[in-house]
Amino acid sequence: MSKSERPSRLFRNLNAKVASIPMILTALVVFVGGTAWTVLYSFTNSKLLPRLNFVGLDQYYRLWATPRWLVSIENLLIYGVISLVFSLVIGFVLAALLDQKIRFEDTFRTIFLYPFALSFIVTGLVWQWLLNPDFGIQGVIRSLGWTSFNFDPLYNSSIVIYGISIAALWQGTGLIMCLMLAGLRGIDEDIWKAARVDGIPMWKTYLFIIIPMMRPVFITTLVIIASGIVKVYDLVVAQTSGGPGIASEVPAKYVYDYMFFAQNLGQGFAASTMMLLSVMIVIVPWAYLEFGGRKRV
Amino acid sequence: MRYKLLTAALATTAALQFAGPATATDLEVTHWWTSGGEAAAVAELAKAFDATGNHWVDGAIAGSGGTARPIMISRITGGDPMGATQFNHGRQAEELVQAGLMRDLTDVATKGKWTEVVRPKSLLDSCTIGGKIYCVPVNIHSWQWLWLSNEAFQKAGVPLPKNWNELVAAAPALEKAGIVPLAVGGQAWQSSGAFDVLLAAVGGTDTFLKVYKDKDAKFAAGPEVAKVFKAADDARKMAKNTNVQDWNQATNMVITGKAGGQIMGDWAQGEFQVAGKTAGKDYTCLPGLGLNEVIATGGDAFYFPLLKDADKAKAQEVLAETLLDPKTQVAFNLKKGSLPVRGDVDLNAANDCMKKGLAILAKGAVIPWTDQLLSQDSQKQKEDLFSEFFAKPEMTVEEAQKRFAAIIATAD
Repeated sequence: MSKSERPSRLFRNLNAKVASIPMILTALVVFVGGTAWTVLYSFTNSKLLPRLNFVGLDQYYRLWATPRWLVSIENLLIYGVISLVFSLVIGFVLAALLDQKIRFEDTFRTIFLYPFALSFIVTGLVWQWLLNPDFGIQGVIRSLGWTSFNFDPLYNSSIVIYGISIAALWQGTGLIMCLMLAGLRGIDEDIWKAARVDGIPMWKTYLFIIIPMMRPVFITTLVIIASGIVKVYDLVVAQTSGGPGIASEVPAKYVYDYMFFAQNLGQGFAASTMMLLSVMIVIVPWAYLEFGGRKRV
Repeated sequence: MRYKLLTAALATTAALQFAGPATATDLEVTHWWTSGGEAAAVAELAKAFDATGNHWVDGAIAGSGGTARPIMISRITGGDPMGATQFNHGRQAEELVQAGLMRDLTDVATKGKWTEVVRPKSLLDSCTIGGKIYCVPVNIHSWQWLWLSNEAFQKAGVPLPKNWNELVAAAPALEKAGIVPLAVGGQAWQSSGAFDVLLAAVGGTDTFLKVYKDKDAKFAAGPEVAKVFKAADDARKMAKNTNVQDWNQATNMVITGKAGGQIMGDWAQGEFQVAGKTAGKDYTCLPGLGLNEVIATGGDAFYFPLLKDADKAKAQEVLAETLLDPKTQVAFNLKKGSLPVRGDVDLNAANDCMKKGLAILAKGAVIPWTDQLLSQDSQKQKEDLFSEFFAKPEMTVEEAQKRFAAIIATAD
């Protein structure tokens, strides 16, 4: 490249570059800067106000010795596996069923997507009532005569996290279904015809041809579901507020409670840094595989 | 641009205020008193302040103190302080004072001879940091009460308990009659508070102070405190069928006779009053659970952020004086159901339970409360432990005590 070309590359498309400066600044200052600040202060003993008084890894030792944090992590894992597997499976199956050129497709799509229009707080409250043993499902079935019927997940420490997952699935699968449906509609009709000519059964076509072709859609849904898992907070607050006892606590709630109720910023920052770390462990290898390889091509 | 407009508007208002007469100053006061009885009590404070020629701008924040405090703190630290704000006196605002964000009220206090009129003295002590006074206590709320439903015990056919031990003994009879012996709501602070009350009542004042004031972890792991955990185990067994979350729902179980009793602070009395119940006839209150008649001097206080505006600073002084005025104290505390912070006021209108409280106060049987002794951080850890203990029957008493001692060891 000659010397005269360099500045012209920098100034090419100047308007677009100027226009993106605010976003770049936001990303750098708010996201990266805020993250760095949080990580830095997680090594201090800041209480109500941030103070640079370093205590090494003390906050992290305390965090991992706290029963409530360990319960939170365990709950997040259970909740994560359930919402990942079930949203993908239910979402895809619903989409595949809707794709059979059925009648009233629009109506069904609206019904399935409708819960997504509700916030997690409303979803949580609705399901809190539905799962309440006195007024909800258990109460209704008992009043029909089956008096030994027992279904009170929100009041039973050992299964409360599943009760929360039910509400999350009800709210979230509609969106996954729509994304999947869009992916299915993007598949060329000719592929179906070719598969039919070759006599491949429908389930095999889905499993071995269509799903591999829908890889980009799956990756998008995966990212959406995964980010929803890590940040789950409002649903728990609305349904159980962490109870019974501490049986349904989640990490995001620990962070909030310790930063604002306990007035212990250091501890809250340490917990949020651990959350960031867990996200990084998932995202970094994936990003490396996804974007790292492209440069070599 | 919006920001600029706002600054311009603020500047204009400031200029206008500066030009106008100095008497009518608006002062925003934030607090979390939003329930019926509480709002009526705050209205008394506002009325008294407006009568001084200033104007009380009400900044009520709905939700409990847990919701309101982060909002108040972020406004003060974020450079948008209000004129005055409620906190529970003790250590909630400690760091704000240390950071120099709060106003020193020592000169107002000296003028009003607060050290002489405020009773008990510990109230003013918890407003004092480094020899200077930073807050105005307005009431005393004590946690040490056992509320009993007379109706429930009649139905179960057992005599009304005179103390905690008799309630434990009566529990099987109550359960047989389909009554929950003890109502404890699901919120974490309720189980944690109930334990603290048991610590002071079953363990005694010295035990309470040794654990929370001296933070003696070895003592907290010892046999004296083990007795208290045994009582907490009784409490958890009696409370296992409660199934409600909020404290007032639990109180309502006592009011309607569905529960035998509840360990709750004197604010529960407002609920009985609203329900039209009479102390002694429909319900009974046992201070100190009938075992150790002390009351803790927790409560509410007003703090004044440091303001640049001279007029507002003047109004802050007026408000501080108004809050401690004998007339305001009586009007406010009668509505609130709490005890006044002055010993020299007349409370003839007080009901039976309040009079019991006043008598204990006059005897000087008071202890400081956890808000004054422990940081919010330690309190939260304690809440986590006891909400788990009360909700999880398989957690043993020994394990709970071990974890309690560990919290006390690191408490500050």
